[in-house]
Amino acid sequence: MSGVDPVLGYALEVNGTRRHVTGSWLGESLLDVLRDRLGLSGAKGACEQGECGSCSVLVDGELVCSCLVLAAATVGSKILTVESFGQPGELSDVQQAFVDCGAVQCGFCTPGLIVTVHDLLDDDPDPDESAIREALAGNLCRCTGYGRIIDAVNQVSIRRRGDAAVTP
Amino acid sequence: MGNVTVHQPRSVTDATRLLSDGAPATLLAGGTDLMVGINAGRIRPERIVHLGGIDELRTWTTDGSHVVIGAGVTYGQMLDDDVAGLCPGLAQASRTVGSPQIRNAGTIGGNLATASPAGDTLPVLAALDATVQLASINGTRTVTLSDFITGPKQTALRNDELIRSVTIPVASGPQEYLKVGVRNAMVIALCSVALTVDLEAGRVAVALGAAGPVPIRATVAEDWVLSHVDLSSNSIADPRTLETFGSMVADAARPIDDHRGSAAYRRHAIGVLARRALARAFPARPAVAA
Repeated sequence: MSGVDPVLGYALEVNGTRRHVTGSWLGESLLDVLRDRLGLSGAKGACEQGECGSCSVLVDGELVCSCLVLAAATVGSKILTVESFGQPGELSDVQQAFVDCGAVQCGFCTPGLIVTVHDLLDDDPDPDESAIREALAGNLCRCTGYGRIIDAVNQVSIRRRGDAAVTP
Repeated sequence: MGNVTVHQPRSVTDATRLLSDGAPATLLAGGTDLMVGINAGRIRPERIVHLGGIDELRTWTTDGSHVVIGAGVTYGQMLDDDVAGLCPGLAQASRTVGSPQIRNAGTIGGNLATASPAGDTLPVLAALDATVQLASINGTRTVTLSDFITGPKQTALRNDELIRSVTIPVASGPQEYLKVGVRNAMVIALCSVALTVDLEAGRVAVALGAAGPVPIRATVAEDWVLSHVDLSSNSIADPRTLETFGSMVADAARPIDDHRGSAAYRRHAIGVLARRALARAFPARPAVAA
């Protein structure tokens, strides 16, 4: 395979930046590489079997569980993690809505949910509640009971419509 | 710990060449099964051949009478209107798989190669008499689904082969896929039923998932029900047909007791699902003449 060498490693495009991965076992998941090799600890590891969604990222625009992606197989792909959506003091609208609506309790599931909600609203700017629930079905939250998370999604949807209305 | 070699072929030809040298190779498609095993340390592959970079495997085509679905087509792709219009049962089954994240990654080829008794697309493929195309350096061979899946998690795939595509005859009637699990999303089938109707061929097919070691066709019930439904009007005249059909389909099941449920529960649920599937496929209930 071009671009993957057990000794020299390989390069991934993460959040628009080319990042070199060296010294890794090539069977590592993208989640492990993001967290342990590249220092991007936003994606969380919990179940490591695709059940919880805490490790959700976008690979070439597709929402996936990074624990189920072989990192070495994403050479040439565009990877976006939760770190790409906002920064401390400069939250994305989805992140701000989670804060405003009290959609964060322990916070462990939040990064995965933020990525999933961005993906949902990019695809469907005005989802009804059943569409929201189906889109979030793969992101488990054990604290909130989801009500405030759904409130947050609705708030972003409403604010974006409002913003669009006042934009000349 | 020795490192693993990762190959990323760009064509089926290159992939089959990699598989032809006899060295052990592990095929990686969507990763939703394989990576679980690797993460848990149960699987330590020496050589991975990643199939996700082969464009040919990620597309589907139709000539109107058959749909040919590349092995790398994801569950998410099978939800597209065009596929759903031709194979509605396959779209229904795909929608019950995992979560959006899983449906974006998992593939029909992976569902076949894993050959779990609970694989959601498998009963639909069994009901539709799908065939599987297997590619090796020597060419492509076609096997029926029942010849392909030889046991629980066992297939006829040889070490030098990969799944190239699945070919599904287009059927003209309604299709249903119904599944029982502990919740709506993210759930493995406790049992499932696929029912397909081919109005032109005059055929009703029923296949069961997670009700035996391999997908099971309820052929006795299929033959019986043909004389109890009206294919021209989508109707069932005698309401007792549903009940009888359900118990005949349940009789075809060969379920086991396991940590997810008992054989008795599975058999009961199969009967309920079969009855419901038939009622949905034949919704008309002509009034009984006084």
